[in-house]
Amino acid sequence: MSLILENIDHVVNGATHIEGVDLELAPGSFNVLLGRTLAGKTTLMRLMAGLEAPTRGRILMDGEDVTGVSVRRRNVSMVYQQFINYPALNVYENIASPLRLAKVSGGEIDRRVRETAEMLHIEHLLDRYPLELSGGQQQRTAMGRALVKDADVILFDEPLVNLDYKLREELREELNALFTQRNCIAVYATTEPGEALALGGNTAVLHEGRLLQYGRTDDVYHRPRDIQTAEMFSEPPINIVRGNISGSEVSFDNRIRFPINDDLRSLAPGDYRFGVRASHITLERQAADDIEVEMTVDIAEISGSETFLHVHNELFHMTVLLEGVHEFDPDDPVVLYFPTHKVYAFDRQGAVVHIPTHLGGM
Amino acid sequence: MAEITLKTLAHSYLKTPTSDEDYAIREMNHVWEQGGAYALLGPSGCGKSTLLNIISGLLQPSSGEVLFDGERVNDLPPEQRNIAQVFQFPVIYDTMTVFDNLAFPLRNVGINEEKIREKVHEVADVLELTPQLKRKAKNLTADEKQKVSMGRGLVREDVSAILFDEPLTVIDPQLKWKLRRKLKEIHRRFNITMVYVTHDQLEASTFADKIAVMYEGQVVQFGTPRQLFEEPAHTFVGYFIGSPGMNFLDVQVRDGQLFSGNDVVPVRQRFCNIIADTHSDNIKLGIRPDFIEVHDTPVENGMEVEVVSAQDFGTYSVLSLRFGDVLLKARINEDQSTPKGKAFIRFPQERIGMYVDEYRVEINHE
Repeated sequence: MSLILENIDHVVNGATHIEGVDLELAPGSFNVLLGRTLAGKTTLMRLMAGLEAPTRGRILMDGEDVTGVSVRRRNVSMVYQQFINYPALNVYENIASPLRLAKVSGGEIDRRVRETAEMLHIEHLLDRYPLELSGGQQQRTAMGRALVKDADVILFDEPLVNLDYKLREELREELNALFTQRNCIAVYATTEPGEALALGGNTAVLHEGRLLQYGRTDDVYHRPRDIQTAEMFSEPPINIVRGNISGSEVSFDNRIRFPINDDLRSLAPGDYRFGVRASHITLERQAADDIEVEMTVDIAEISGSETFLHVHNELFHMTVLLEGVHEFDPDDPVVLYFPTHKVYAFDRQGAVVHIPTHLGGM
Repeated sequence: MAEITLKTLAHSYLKTPTSDEDYAIREMNHVWEQGGAYALLGPSGCGKSTLLNIISGLLQPSSGEVLFDGERVNDLPPEQRNIAQVFQFPVIYDTMTVFDNLAFPLRNVGINEEKIREKVHEVADVLELTPQLKRKAKNLTADEKQKVSMGRGLVREDVSAILFDEPLTVIDPQLKWKLRRKLKEIHRRFNITMVYVTHDQLEASTFADKIAVMYEGQVVQFGTPRQLFEEPAHTFVGYFIGSPGMNFLDVQVRDGQLFSGNDVVPVRQRFCNIIADTHSDNIKLGIRPDFIEVHDTPVENGMEVEVVSAQDFGTYSVLSLRFGDVLLKARINEDQSTPKGKAFIRFPQERIGMYVDEYRVEINHE
């Protein structure tokens, strides 16, 4: 089963929700839709499901045009943010419900419900009712209903957002494993770049209803096509500074200057925006051509095992991601090292013109 | 301003509790020192809200005492405890201006208008609310409203402590760090005891100098963010702090060596000695994914593992490694290539924690 969206527009009451989206999802693929709130993720999923018909364009399933076909006649399942279960049915019957509706035989239902429950580690809860379950268990039950019926397409709309982060960590990893054994197309919407990376597969970056880039998740992350994609697909956001290349010298904001290195030598003289990932800036020199910059701490946010350091100087504000716990007070001075060979460069229009050599270059 | 002491405090929602499990708060002694920035961190259902309500006076504890600067306050109603609270959702008067909202707690106790004006302007200045003072509160953004909520706690000079209950829940992710900074600034400037209740390790570690981690009605560790990460005192802290959490291996000592299942874990002799002295059979070795060394080829004191999977997080990867019957997580950074099939790991000795009955045993590495 393949799923193709062809030049899709979707306009609701004069407001464009989706614009010119072309997307081809391969059979058995796991796909992440990454974008901020209101980027169009849910709308795109509703179009894929057939809950709405697009204003323009075609949707093809296995080559067949299903643009106007309603959700009832498409073999799709959906899992939502809210844990949606039948409160009057126990876990077993909740999971069994799509099969009962499809008039699957009793023995087959039993086999598939138990197999699905086992996969989701809720086999010991089959007699319980949804209200007797924790949030994580309720969402596992809802996922069980989506997974049990061998759908052609399974859509997950930020399914883990209402769970605490330890559960998210666990379920993400399981989802990964779950889909390697399946042949259906999975589409998973999230606002979190870290979640997209954890899930792997392919990622489509959406912004204001447009598709910025689609490809293998690690490839989109490491090789963004433009500045917007780089910004959307990084957490904390990639640091962007204005700069200039003139002959043998690179400067950031006309203040920080360093001799051009082999990495950037291929760029023509002119103005650029340079991108430096938060995790590539360090407290200790890593390479001879790192540049040393004095900054002032705004705040050190500690995530438990990592530290997000917000810093500024008179020119710009930056975020640095450090491994481990580093305690800083607001207004502490700090010396940071920027790796000149791990810098991205974007032209005036925002298109990427240089990708760090260790990531394969352009 | 006050030091808050909890003395042999316990609470059960049941009339006749019989076992430990019947207690939302198991008997504890705890001191929040005057002027400290603290967090109370734990998953939902751990007892942190119960504890907060006992401190603020909304709930009477089953036993034990709450002391403010050494004075028993158990019998004082909330309004006489001079505790300011900031909740998840802003609590402000929508129809009043920002100025009147901030002035409200002062007018209530009959402070003169001139003094009120001075105090309101001081607090508005710190919170960067001066431009909004004349605006009606209902026209403010969520983060501005939450700042007004905080301001109402800060204007009173008689406040003993400020309790924050998940105060950033409604704030946009992009704005959160700014409010976190603001909170730290406020703490430094006003020298008030602050207790920040949350389930989020980032909120807790960013705000607090010291964090009390709660689990099943108990404070299982009271330490700095660095201590929670590097030396978790309880297996729950190891699991809950850090992403992914700490690895734990069930271990035994046989013939002077440490075993996980049938596999030897090379460790210094003193680890074995300590375990040999305990009578418990619940012994775990803890090591953070961040500290495990991963090699492609055999290393001295290494262990052979099978690489089950690798999650690429862009600038680092998390490997799942099978060692005997257990799955271990190890974090390697992007400069290191991801091993395939087989790998060899080593635990830096000073990064190992030994846990007996879930609590860490102190080991002198000298």
